[in-house]
Order: sequence, then C-alpha cells, then structure tokens
Amino acid sequence: MLELRNIDKYYNLGTINEMCLFKNFNLKVEKGEFIAVIGSNGSGKTSMLNMICGSVQPDAGSIYINGKDITKVKEYKRYETIGRVYQDPSMGTCPSMTILENMSLADNKGKSFNLRFGTNRKRINAYKELLSQLNLGLEDKLHVKVGSLSGGQRQALALLMSTMTPLDFLILDEHTAALDPKTADINMMLTQRFVREKGLTAIMVTHNLRYAVEYGDRLIMMHQGKAIMDLKGEEKQKVGIDHILDKFNEISIEVGNDL
Amino acid sequence: MGSLITGVLEQGMIYAIMSLGVYITYRILDFPDLTVDGSFPLGAAVTAVLIMKGVNPYATLFIATLAGAISGVATGVIHVKFKVRDLLSSIIVMTALYSINLRIAGKANLPLFGEETIFKNSVMDGIFQGGIKPYKTMIIILVVALVGKLLLDAYLITRSGYLLRAVGDNETIVTSLAKDSGKVKIVGLAIANGLVALSGCVMCQQQRFFDISMGTGTMVIGLASVIIGTNIFKNVSKIKATTSVVIGAILYKGCVAAAIELGMSATDMKLITSTLFLIILIATMDRKKKVK
Repeated sequence: MLELRNIDKYYNLGTINEMCLFKNFNLKVEKGEFIAVIGSNGSGKTSMLNMICGSVQPDAGSIYINGKDITKVKEYKRYETIGRVYQDPSMGTCPSMTILENMSLADNKGKSFNLRFGTNRKRINAYKELLSQLNLGLEDKLHVKVGSLSGGQRQALALLMSTMTPLDFLILDEHTAALDPKTADINMMLTQRFVREKGLTAIMVTHNLRYAVEYGDRLIMMHQGKAIMDLKGEEKQKVGIDHILDKFNEISIEVGNDL
Repeated sequence: MGSLITGVLEQGMIYAIMSLGVYITYRILDFPDLTVDGSFPLGAAVTAVLIMKGVNPYATLFIATLAGAISGVATGVIHVKFKVRDLLSSIIVMTALYSINLRIAGKANLPLFGEETIFKNSVMDGIFQGGIKPYKTMIIILVVALVGKLLLDAYLITRSGYLLRAVGDNETIVTSLAKDSGKVKIVGLAIANGLVALSGCVMCQQQRFFDISMGTGTMVIGLASVIIGTNIFKNVSKIKATTSVVIGAILYKGCVAAAIELGMSATDMKLITSTLFLIILIATMDRKKKVK
C-alpha cells in the first residue's frame, strides 16, 4: 500500500552542520494497518510523515502508494487521498469560518471549487449527524466561528473533517499532544473509532507511550532515522508499557537525554 | 453644505469599491498588497484612453476591471511562482505599473472634457431630470458600488470563495483539501485589483481626467477604510464585513473633507490622509497584529 524505499535524507547538506537523518530507510505499510510511531525528538518521525505527504523531499530513494511512485508528485496533489491531523489544533480548521462552513469545505474535498454555493443546504442534516458523533454538542453550534471553540473541540472537528471524504491514508501527527489528558483521551477514542469504522490505513506519531501500546495494530519505535523496534500482531498485543519505556530510556541515555 | 455632502458620498463610494479590493488582500488573504497604488491609476488610464477613442463608457467598467485583474495576477505569479516575498512582489508590480500607465495614457495628464462618460450621456441625462439632477452622479456611483459589493458577497459564499477565505485563514488546510494554495492567492489578488481598477475607472470619469499621480496613497485610503469600517461594526454580527468597509470608506472621506473644511489646504491632502490613518491605527490598536 505505502512503501518507502531506500530513503536518504540529509539536513544542511554540504555545511559543517550536515546531519544525516535517514540512510537507506525502508518502511512498508499494509492496507488497513493502524501504526503507532514513537521515538525521541529528532528521531525522524515527523520528517517521515512530511516525506510521505510531500512537504519534505527525500535526497534519495522513492515513495510508493499502491505501487505508484509518488516521489515527484506535488504536496497538494498527494492530499487527494491523504488526510492529516496536526499537533496544533488550529492547523486543521479555519478559525474565522463557522463550523458549517468548515464542514462544507471538508465535504467538498476532491470536488471542483467552482462558483456553486459553498454550503449545500441538503447536506446540513448529514453534517449535524456527523458532528453529533463527537458528543461535544457542536451540532447545535453550526453558525459559531471555529476560532471560538476550545483546542479539544477544534481537534475533534479537524479529525472529523479530515476523514469525511474517502482516503487512502490518515496521518496523525502528535494530534493529541496539545490537549489536556481528558480531551486527549476523547480524541484518541474518536480516532480509533473513525479508523476502524472507515477501515482506514493510519500512521500515528505520538509521544504518549500508553496510546502507542493500547491503540493500533503495529508499533514502531524510531531512533536516529531507524526503526529500532517494529512489533506487529501478537507481539504487539503482548508487549507492555514497561518494556517500551525501558527501551525508550536506553536510547535516551545513548543520546544524552537521561536525567 | 449640501454639495459638500454629495461630494463626500460620491468620492467615498468610489473609494469604497477600491476598499473592497483592499479588504480582500488585507483582511481575507493577509497579503500586504501595494499593487493597488498602481492598479487604481491603471483603471483610470485605460478608461481615459478608451473614452478618448470613443469606446462606450460602460464598456470601460469591464475593461478596466480586467486590466486591474491582470496586474493582480502579475503580483500573484511573482509571489507564488518565483517565491518573492509578498510585499516585495507587490512593490515590483506597482513600480512597473507607473511606467505602464504612462505608456497607456501617452502622457501624465489626460483630461476628458467633451467626451461621454457613464455619468454624462444622452440616456442618463434623459433619466435624471428636474429635482434628482444634482444627485445623478451620486446615484450612478451608488449603483456601481452596490453591484460590486453584492457580487463580492455572492462570490464569498461560493465554493471558490470559501477556499479564498480559507487560504488567508490557514494555508495548510487548503493544501490538505488537495488544492494549490498559490492558485487561490492569485485568484484573490486578481479579484482585489480588479475592484481597485474599477474604482479608478469610475474616479477618472467622475473627476473627468486621468492623472499619473492619482494612485499615490490609494493603499492607505483603502486600509484606513477597511480598519475604520470593520472596527466600528466589530461587535455587530448582523452587518456584513463588506458593508462595514463601504461605510468605513465614506466615513474616512468625510474626515478628510472635514479637515480641509477646517482650513487645511488641498495640497495637504496626502498629509491628512496618512495622519488620519495613523490616528485610526493607534485608536483601534490594529497595528499590533501586523508588527512582527
């Protein structure tokens, strides 16, 4: 489904600050997999997501989706079949537009943005129903500007919006990191529901080890541009948070991040 | 006094058309677009030349708008395709337009004395007779401004309009919707400068001449109108932003007229324009958002 093949990525190439992040990095994601990716800062998690989405170009290697090489495809084109939720709740919604207008924008993804009415009135009830799944009462606030919602509400809306149209992939970039623990839990449960109900292939980067252990059916730990742990199926079921934490401490000491 | 008020309303509504364009770039796109200082006289230059050549004055409204839109596209392409900073790309086009306007008009000053305009022709003279005659110009400007405003309102609730509002709000989401955010910006700049040139076209016909320096300070007038309007009606959600911009432009023109009435000389116009703008910025605290 998704394949990263022999990826090299350097930062500040040709300067004294040159840093090699990925050297011959490979990753294969199967259709319907829900992968949790953990790793310390600078381990390459976000760079990997950015290379998949196209905002960062690899220096060598290629990226395939459904067997098609997309390495040269422009970023916005790739989003035709990719949905993404960001760490910052304000990235996934338009603050000065109302909830209804935001839902309409997301609903029109993949269609032509022409001179038809931006909001299709016949769809309003469908939007209300979708919003009611969030259990945040947003269905009664259709004409409220998104900028006045809380971070957690916005993030739930962003999650809903990014999964409204058919997708190949859902990219979750530390999407619960900016939320309080309770709100983060709600958003995580919603994520799980959307991914499973729609049968999405999802890659979730998180700093929350508990989420990584509890959710998803594959767990990858990244360190210095390598997947140093890759657990699937039963292995993933059996692994406990303590084991992950031990491994995590090990790599942290290696890079001098221990206490 | 009566003629003073009509004068303010006439000029205020002409500037309102231009301010709607500035509203698009400044408020919706968050793009500091100085192109307007060039596209305003561009609209006027195109109009003056076409009218001299005997083209129907109503046709000039569309042709001038189109010319302005092209200048907006130029700024957009320089910014988006060649990755020049937004302010710089607009300055490049503004500067180039100075010479282009001179080329179009042929000279720095082009008076339109005997020619027909959208205000002075046999049809309009026939319609406006008797008591409403003194308000002829004002009513015609009102119609043009209203049509411009309503068309913009209508556009902003289309899918394309939604995308335009989204791109200034949060560029990332436009990319996430699989749309080229650069293209959306170019469309926005085209519409904005189209409106600005339309305003220049009406201005040229109202004052019956084109002058190469008539664009100086357009940006400041537009910004002041947008800021006054949107701040006055900030807490009134019933009033559309475009309506408040139109009212803001008329109020601003009124303030400038009052300053001249109070004894300032007409040569102090630009000084008054910028001082008033500064006062408005300080009073509304709008400057904070822009200082980075």
